Amino acid sequence: MSKRRSDWQTRPQARIRKWFQQGFTALDDEIINQISQQTIQQPEVSQMMEAQREAMDTRRYERSLALERLERHELQAWVRTRGRKAIGRVYVALALAMAVLMIFFLLETVAHMPRFGDPNAPVTNEVTERYITRGVEETGAVNIVAGMILDYRAFDTLGESTVLFIAASAVLILLRIDRRKDGTPVQELIAAESDDRHYEPRADRILQGSVMVLTPIILLFGIYIILNGHLSPGGGFSGGAIISAGLILYLDAFGFDKAGRFFTYKTFAWVSFFSLSFYALAKAYSFYMGANGLPSGIPLGTPGAILSGGLIMPLNIAVGMVVSCTMYIFYALFRKGGL
Amino acid sequence: MSFVHIILLGMLIVCALAVSLTRHLLTSLIVYMAYSLIMAVIWMLMESPDLAITEAAVGAGITSILFFVTLKKIRAIREEGSHEQAEK
Repeated sequence: MSKRRSDWQTRPQARIRKWFQQGFTALDDEIINQISQQTIQQPEVSQMMEAQREAMDTRRYERSLALERLERHELQAWVRTRGRKAIGRVYVALALAMAVLMIFFLLETVAHMPRFGDPNAPVTNEVTERYITRGVEETGAVNIVAGMILDYRAFDTLGESTVLFIAASAVLILLRIDRRKDGTPVQELIAAESDDRHYEPRADRILQGSVMVLTPIILLFGIYIILNGHLSPGGGFSGGAIISAGLILYLDAFGFDKAGRFFTYKTFAWVSFFSLSFYALAKAYSFYMGANGLPSGIPLGTPGAILSGGLIMPLNIAVGMVVSCTMYIFYALFRKGGL
Repeated sequence: MSFVHIILLGMLIVCALAVSLTRHLLTSLIVYMAYSLIMAVIWMLMESPDLAITEAAVGAGITSILFFVTLKKIRAIREEGSHEQAEK
């Protein structure tokens, strides 16, 4: 053993290591010596002064700290009392400026429009006359209101449908309670469902019986109003509202389990998506073609027939589907935060 | 202006006042539904059936249903047992 150790100690690696270690210790010793000599060389008077200066420094430091703290406190108090008021004043001033600017622009626009009731204005003679005299021939719709809102002014109706869809999305963001990714319900959802079960109408014989009779009639009436929108009063919006009323009645009578068999969240998403995009595409086409009317390749047909009016009937169907789905999902969200 | 018009408009004003003056939320909601129905009849008499259909479906139907659900959620409508307490 000892032989091996001596062998190891004589090897060049061990020698280099030893040299390193001894060299280091020598350096350390030298440094320590120098430091100790310096401290010894310093006179005691300077030590006293050092201590005094140190004390003064600490006092000054503490004072500045206290000042800083005081300043910060005052700043916070200012923010809490006057600063908030100042920011509020700036906010109010900016809001007022914006409002005044808006009012100015709107009044400026109105000033350039013809006066209300002006006999020479195009609204009172040309537009109305054209709608009445040539509406049927141009749009193919006997119901001139449908011809106006879905042909001459279809862009407004697209805005209306979009507003409704945005409202539904906002309600969805606010009220929807999501499940976890693995499909298990969150605590809030369980609470909402038990709350809904507590308040929902019981399985009422009278309600269920009358719904069995009424719902098909209501749905048929809604579909009739949508499909007949270009011939008789009504159209997509009112027909969609009637259909959604029928659906809500069914949901109230039979509960979410039965209604969920034909209407889920996916149904809502796909129906809204396809209807709105169809409408937007059909309308964007005409918007790029000059935004005057809705020229389509579909023949207008004989006015008064069910298949007439060009694009008006498909547009009515799209609007009706969006409206009915949106209203139904409103109700479901209000009740328990999801379908 | 015919007699029916005057009666309907008077009822409309009465309903509008009643909605804002009633204390009980459920009562004011039902009065609001009546307001919408009267309004639908008035639209019909003014020869705009499109608006009448929409008013009846949206004003008297969907809006009121949504109001009912909201009132139920905020516990403004109690159960039938404690309904008399809520009315007081």
